Amino acid sequence: MIAVLATTLAQEGPVIPDFGRGDECIRSNGNFCLNWFLDNFADRYLPRVVEHIEMTLIAIAIGFVIAFAAALIAYRWEWFELPFANVSALFYTIPSIAFFQIMVPITGIGWLSIEIALVSYTLLILFRNTLTGLREVPADTREAAEGMGLTRRQTLLRVELPLATPAIIAGLRIATVTTISLATIAAFITPLGLGAPIFSAIQTGANTEFVGASILAIALALLADAGIVLLQRMTTPWARARRTT
Amino acid sequence: MSASRGSSAAEIVFDHVTKRYGNAARPAIDDLSLTLPAGDICVLIGPSGGGKTTAMKMVNRLISITEGDITIEGTSVKALDLTELRRGIGYVIQQVGLFPHMTIDANVATVPKLLGWDKKRTRARGRELLELVGLDPDEHGRRYPAQLSGGQRQRVGLARAMAADPPLMLMDEPFGAIDPITRERLQNDFLRLHKEIRKTVVFVTHDIDEAIKMGDRVAILREGGQLAQYGTPEEILARPADEFVARFVGADRGLKRLALRRLDEVELLPVPNDGRTRPECPADTTLRDALSAMLTAGSPDLLVRGDNGDPAGYMTFEVVSRLLADREGHVVA
Repeated sequence: MIAVLATTLAQEGPVIPDFGRGDECIRSNGNFCLNWFLDNFADRYLPRVVEHIEMTLIAIAIGFVIAFAAALIAYRWEWFELPFANVSALFYTIPSIAFFQIMVPITGIGWLSIEIALVSYTLLILFRNTLTGLREVPADTREAAEGMGLTRRQTLLRVELPLATPAIIAGLRIATVTTISLATIAAFITPLGLGAPIFSAIQTGANTEFVGASILAIALALLADAGIVLLQRMTTPWARARRTT
Repeated sequence: MSASRGSSAAEIVFDHVTKRYGNAARPAIDDLSLTLPAGDICVLIGPSGGGKTTAMKMVNRLISITEGDITIEGTSVKALDLTELRRGIGYVIQQVGLFPHMTIDANVATVPKLLGWDKKRTRARGRELLELVGLDPDEHGRRYPAQLSGGQRQRVGLARAMAADPPLMLMDEPFGAIDPITRERLQNDFLRLHKEIRKTVVFVTHDIDEAIKMGDRVAILREGGQLAQYGTPEEILARPADEFVARFVGADRGLKRLALRRLDEVELLPVPNDGRTRPECPADTTLRDALSAMLTAGSPDLLVRGDNGDPAGYMTFEVVSRLLADREGHVVA
């Protein structure tokens, strides 16, 4: 009986999991095997890219709402600036791996922990830039608005916020690029986003998997940055207007 | 231009107005009473610390009044809703304060938009105003403030302040940050414009020459916000109320008075038939410039030519000096 089984096994060859088409590059663990990367993109990377974008968008959206509201409060009531800036600066000092790990016992392994950490890192830059943008509105512009009978709310909505837009968007750029980069570390606690293949590759030593995920994270950051610059150009055509005649 | 002509000007009265900041020992404005007749340009002038800007900003309540009251056409500024009051007053400041993120058209349309005018009316008014202040609506309307020169920006500031046709305009050193040549042009353009629109204008400046040139009436404030003198430029130059005013208007106040009158506003002598050649000048020359022409040419007299180029008369050094002396010592109505 045993002999029969052994013979069958011998005939079938060793039981090796099927990794698909393996060319020389991937068999020798080359630095970056484009064929393997392209073959595996749809299955291994695309879902990670989508998760990564999701993580970033949620973090930026929530972070922006909190920081923007806090900046408006601090613009109106100056005493609010220091405590909020200090707390968000404190968040900023926490090492990112530690931050994700700290959240696990509190909010568990998953999206919530990740987002809390990512949002916390966006606050400082978004808050500072929004507040600075508002405060840098020229005094004469503000006085003209007041003198012409704009209410405080109208001044904020029609004059101060539009003029603060370049500073706000500049903050958004930095926060977005930083978050895309930081979000890879989220995979330290749970395999989500482009950090997942990176962490897995660190364990297995698979170079292509590692390099491919890193390239995607970098490309994502560059694309997001370019997109935001485009957004800024469209929303603030006046910022580039200079005297030509 | 027809829309501007229809507007009425408002009489402004400062009634024992005092402004005190916190516990400051001296008030910034001390019991100021003034009546600014409707349709006049009234210049507030004085040394820094005289409170001229403070006085102006109490009219649209950018600064609150501590005591006393200011009325516009008999209505207290305190009785009006703050935004309503301000939307009814044109406001021009030295740094112009155009909104950098809005086109020139949108800047000028600010107050009409707040007042809920429809698009067609707002646009028509904007075009009319840009033309009125000497800008081309097609060329400049869609530009941003950063694309205009300082003088052009101040013109837009003026157009924006007049957009809703307010009966009163406050102008805080409107030409102060502009080069002398452009300033002179803006001053002349504004005087010409004012003849058409006849709004009441409160005009703050620290430049006595500008005050004399622009003002129908001039109020001189001294340090501590007290009114030193209030009158026409001619009155103030001819009869300074005290040593402070005399010093403030300058030792050359006689010459400044001569600058207020042109040759075609005084009686000229008939041209003598002595065949001598003498310096000449056109009839719209001021007495001051005529005097200067005589001094420069070393001639005791000069020939005045009318608009058509024909000799209109003859002016001598003696007559100029008598005209000055005549007015000195009695108030001109």
